[in-house]
Amino acid sequence: MMAVATVAIVVQRNLFAVVVLAGAYSFLMATVLVALDAPDVAMTEASVGAGISTVLLLGALHLTQGMEMKPLHRPILPLGVAVVTGLLLAYGTLGLPAYYDPQAPIHTHVVPRYLEQGLEETGVPNIVTAVLASYRGYDTLGETTVVFTAGVGVVALLRRLRRRDGKGGR
Amino acid sequence: MKDYLVLRVVAKILIAFMLLFALYVQFHGDFGPGGGFQAGVISAAAVIFYAIIYGLPAARAVVPDWLVETMLAAGVLLYALVGVAGILLGGNYLDYFVLGADPVAGQHRGIFWVELGVLITVAGVMLKIFYVFAGRGSEEEPPS
Amino acid sequence: MTFASHYGYWVTIFLAIAGLYIVVARGNLVKKLVGLSIFQTSVYLLYIAPGKLIGGTAPIVADGFQVYSNPLPHVLILTAIVVGIATLALGLALVVRIKEAYGSIEEDEILAAERGD
Repeated sequence: MMAVATVAIVVQRNLFAVVVLAGAYSFLMATVLVALDAPDVAMTEASVGAGISTVLLLGALHLTQGMEMKPLHRPILPLGVAVVTGLLLAYGTLGLPAYYDPQAPIHTHVVPRYLEQGLEETGVPNIVTAVLASYRGYDTLGETTVVFTAGVGVVALLRRLRRRDGKGGR
Repeated sequence: MKDYLVLRVVAKILIAFMLLFALYVQFHGDFGPGGGFQAGVISAAAVIFYAIIYGLPAARAVVPDWLVETMLAAGVLLYALVGVAGILLGGNYLDYFVLGADPVAGQHRGIFWVELGVLITVAGVMLKIFYVFAGRGSEEEPPS
Repeated sequence: MTFASHYGYWVTIFLAIAGLYIVVARGNLVKKLVGLSIFQTSVYLLYIAPGKLIGGTAPIVADGFQVYSNPLPHVLILTAIVVGIATLALGLALVVRIKEAYGSIEEDEILAAERGD
């Protein structure tokens, strides 16, 4: 279903429909994430992707235009490049470990320690929060700074300077 | 939008629940899914919902610009200060186990304050971006 | 055997290629940003899907569950989602400014205006 939503986004030219489809796509992604045992990530993806990002896109559409222009020439070369890249990547994934394999490297290095000792060392049953806030606290500090920087950037780009005559400046 | 009675009534009920849910997700993030980011986004969404139904000036009256801008910076500052507190009490930067009587209580306290800092910054940023986008559209129209 | 165990990777690759195609082949700036966010969500899938173990549960320690899915990708992707929306917001702010400066958000029209100047 997500593939259908994606193809519809590619083809649609009415940008409002594209935004709605993107929200539906985010919700489908959140459902898939719940099926993959990731409730934290699903909650964040649903609220951020289907909530905030839809609001921002609609706000931007209100400030710009609502329809996409017809392309001037047929995009054969980008389609070919995309398909070839996809095939190369698919060929590369044959060397990757199979899904659901408990012996795959991502399950055997540092994760057993987090899972076994996380509760005693931090007292927090939610291992994801424990890793996010305690074991990898620096990364979360960096991420909060990135969010802050994005906010400052948007304000710097779109703030209106008030001149004495009250009109908005550029 | 505030002429539609159904929307107004539903909004009044839902916004209270949304804010409560945001606080629940924040404080229960230790025991279930959740944490600072989700709670920040949900609480910003509640205020955005209020702004959509009742208009941007009404939302600006409830959550003014200076408050949002302060929230932006205060969250990151709180996070950084928790790290500095770790240094002052004898450990390295962002060590939590020195913050309490025993290491586990210290971890609890550290995680609590850090998630609160994340909540404040994320909510502030989402709300500020919405204010800027929505406010720009309405200022575009020249006064007749 | 290969199909069932690697099917997830190919779904991820399809979504990534679709996002890439939108960014490269479509001229509308807002649509390019939507394509970029589709590409980002495919990367989330790339990280989280291999972390799931059959019979496992969400990585919240509770009595009665022994096998937990891998929590490390969840942490990385939580950060990635929030950074993704920060990027989207900045991109949209730039698009609004471009519209005000050039009067259009179509790549072809903007390039023509640049060449004409």
